[in-house]
Amino acid sequence: MEIKKSAIAGTLESSDVQIMLSTGKNGFEFELESDVAKQFGDQIKETIVNVLKKYKIENAEIRVIDKGALDMVIKARAITAAQRALDIVDTPQWEVL
Amino acid sequence: MKLKNNVGREIPDEILKEKGYQSFQTVDFGNSVIQRDAPKVHATTENNKVVDSLQDVVLKTVKDGMTISFHHHFREGDYVFNKVMRLIIDYGFKNLTLAPSSLTNVMNEIVVEAIGKGVVTNITSSGMRGTLGDAISHGALKNPVIFRSHGGRARAIESGKIKIDVAFLGVPNSDAMGNANGMDGKTAFGSLGYALMDAKYAEKVVLVTDNIKPYPNTPASIKQTQVDYVVKVDAVGDPDKIGSGATRFTKDPKELKIAKTVNEVITHSPYFKEGFSFQTGSGGAALAVTRFLRQSMIANQIKASFALGGITKPTIDLLEEGLVQKVMDVQDFDEGAAISMHKNKNQQEIDASWYADPANKGAMVDALDVVILSALEVDTQFNVNVISGSDGVIRGAIGGHQDAATAKLTIISAPLVRGRIATVVPNVTTVVTPGDSVDVVVTEIGIAINPKRKDLLKLLTKIPGVPVLTIEEMQKKAQEKVGIPKQLEFTNRVVALVEYRDGSLIDVINEVKE
Repeated sequence: MEIKKSAIAGTLESSDVQIMLSTGKNGFEFELESDVAKQFGDQIKETIVNVLKKYKIENAEIRVIDKGALDMVIKARAITAAQRALDIVDTPQWEVL
Repeated sequence: MKLKNNVGREIPDEILKEKGYQSFQTVDFGNSVIQRDAPKVHATTENNKVVDSLQDVVLKTVKDGMTISFHHHFREGDYVFNKVMRLIIDYGFKNLTLAPSSLTNVMNEIVVEAIGKGVVTNITSSGMRGTLGDAISHGALKNPVIFRSHGGRARAIESGKIKIDVAFLGVPNSDAMGNANGMDGKTAFGSLGYALMDAKYAEKVVLVTDNIKPYPNTPASIKQTQVDYVVKVDAVGDPDKIGSGATRFTKDPKELKIAKTVNEVITHSPYFKEGFSFQTGSGGAALAVTRFLRQSMIANQIKASFALGGITKPTIDLLEEGLVQKVMDVQDFDEGAAISMHKNKNQQEIDASWYADPANKGAMVDALDVVILSALEVDTQFNVNVISGSDGVIRGAIGGHQDAATAKLTIISAPLVRGRIATVVPNVTTVVTPGDSVDVVVTEIGIAINPKRKDLLKLLTKIPGVPVLTIEEMQKKAQEKVGIPKQLEFTNRVVALVEYRDGSLIDVINEVKE
């Protein structure tokens, strides 16, 4: 699916993550900011990519500001960002959840 | 070649050989006979040592290649370190060894500058943080930094391993001959505990003060017999940044739960009886422990013989209430504790040697029953790291951790995870305090008891509401929450050595790979 508009989910509070999605052309392009990037950078990206793939998103620019969020938080914020970006907030894809 | 020491750390052979180190073996210091060092004395019968120009004193005393020292009792409010280092850098001195009791954040920038200009080429300290820790971890200094505990520094000074040529000691008051204390004046910080070592053993002692008192100034913690110069400056520190101000108790439910559990462990241990002794340190949970302990002491009509170490107002409250007989005070963390020093005769100033030095005819920590210590990481062998962060970068200090951990009951209190970083891990990044000296780990999900303490296993397993886990179970719980982190990457270059309190090498810190 194509991203219809840039969308954002999450806050900059500690233990949260802010994910911004916008239209991309070359697959998934990440910009990741995190104090735990060394230890968990790859895992954070993987979690987000898995969510986006479930929404059939193939291209996106993804800006992530992580404040030490646990995996389930990252997943939840990614789902919200994806639904907003695809403009399907009113008709969520329950099977993805 | 690399050999593993007794906490399973590989110490490069060349480090042991070049620097003349033994590898860490045991927490038991034994009964060695030790030759102490004594400083040269430049005798005088004059009766005024006051000089107005710090410049003149620096030029007169400092030479290339010397070891200079400072104390960190002014903490983040320190002006003296920056004033002196500025002059030293501007005069272009080279190859100095910096040997302060510790380095606070206000000192970071100028130390980084001094390293960059070749002014400082060796450092020994209790710890470092921020931009300085970052610079060292990225290889800014050619020679490895040596980290020593407060007791270890006292030992190293006494034995001549640290030979201080000039000590620049900021004091909130002094008379014209150098009789000074830390408890009076607008920049009072209380105990001069760490600086007393420098005053006793440095070849030249320079007091820096903004407050000249009539002669003779008492109580004299530093004495005129030890002092070469008294330099008058405009200000030695910022009173607002010296202490943490009024101490506030934590409202964080997790910290409160940990503190409550720590108190349960103490009160169910065999050491909680009339005349027991304890050390709590600073930090939110530690302060809350003092509050819970107070209630338990009143309820059980138990009084402590002494409280030890870095002192805070809540401990002074116990002293004034008669629940603690003596406070043995090496430093004061807040204004309340600092100010009370000269009105409470039972608040005894102690130097770092008396506090924590193993190479001694008895240190206070040897008599300590219970200590509560913090941790950045603790591993399944109960080893504790308080110096390097989860990213491998230096960001802490040993302080009295290794020394106080020799107490009869050593409790490590820490949250199971901080954000996405586990506190209980399979292997700590850097071993500072060996697991052999740690007895109980307390987190919000319960406690883990060192299996070597079978007596405690029996006594602490049936406390209502306090689950007992093995340390491995605790580590797994943390891992379930945060996942498995990618291994940190380091280069082969050693940037810091971590001494155990006896002077053996317990671990090394390598340069981080970016």
